[in-house]
Amino acid sequence: MTMLTLNKDTMAVVKEQDVVPLRNRVKEYATKIGMGLVNQTKLITAASELVRNMLKYAKGGKVFIEVVSKGRENGIRLVFEDKGPGISDVALAMKDGYSTGKSLGLGLPGARRLVSEFDIQSTPGKGTTVTVIKWKNG
Amino acid sequence: MEKIPILRMGPFLLVTIQVDLYDRLAENLESDLVQMVSKTGAQGVLIDISAVSIIDSFMGRIIGNIASMSKIMDAETVVVGMQPAVAITLIELGLPLKGVHCALNVERGMELLRSRIALTDGTPDDDADTE
Ligand SMILES: Nc1ncnc2c1ncn2[C@@H]1O[C@H](COP(=O)(O)OP(=O)(O)OP(=O)(O)O)[C@@H](O)[C@H]1O
Ligand SMILES: [Mg+2]
Repeated sequence: MTMLTLNKDTMAVVKEQDVVPLRNRVKEYATKIGMGLVNQTKLITAASELVRNMLKYAKGGKVFIEVVSKGRENGIRLVFEDKGPGISDVALAMKDGYSTGKSLGLGLPGARRLVSEFDIQSTPGKGTTVTVIKWKNG
Repeated sequence: MEKIPILRMGPFLLVTIQVDLYDRLAENLESDLVQMVSKTGAQGVLIDISAVSIIDSFMGRIIGNIASMSKIMDAETVVVGMQPAVAITLIELGLPLKGVHCALNVERGMELLRSRIALTDGTPDDDADTE
């Protein structure tokens, strides 16, 4: 099915103080399409995890926010794009508890559970792009 | 730099988180609280998060750290007022809030702390209603 893009925005994230404004922008978009509070909270939490990874492992990057639609369903698509070191073993990075940052290793697998669609592309030495979609009722 | 105030209420410390915390603020709160617990000998820490709309793994870890550090200093931590949407999200994210007790509101949180302190003290009549 074709997907329509209705509205979009780009935000640069280079420091920790950029996280809260990004969350707020995502919230504006989600509110605009009438997404319920629980789904909004899930989407923003996922965004928060992904943006933290960008800051921690890739010194920042860009986030694209857009309203998309498929059939009658509206949703928000977020693309997190960085030019950091990339991930050599994506399957491993997606596992609960795997972390090279001495952390909980929850960010990527947790973010995947919180959204409707999740895609990660990474090239070592080039960077990482994570795309998520949360459907309004998804 | 802005700071999150820590209130002393008898044997407890109360922190009300009003803003969406960015990382440095949260880390400062963690170290401030741990220092306050050791300085005052507080027996409990109440963290009111009713105004917090997002808890990600970073914030969750800060709360967990506060709880485990307080525990070492013999103080219990109770998180109060977690929004239902936040609770649902935390479960799906998979964040374990180890050693953190939860209560509906500050009042209930205080009750919970009092009962836990009474339990560990072994003095059941040393209760709030005897004062
Ligand atoms: N944007 C990125 N660029 C490079 N490596 C990344 C990126 N995002 C994640 N990674 C790698 O994938 C691992 C897993 O990420 P994930 O977010 O699941 O866990 P974490 O960040 O280590 O811990 P947590 O998110 O629980 O604090 C990271 O430790 C890191 O090695
Ligand atoms: Mg992470």
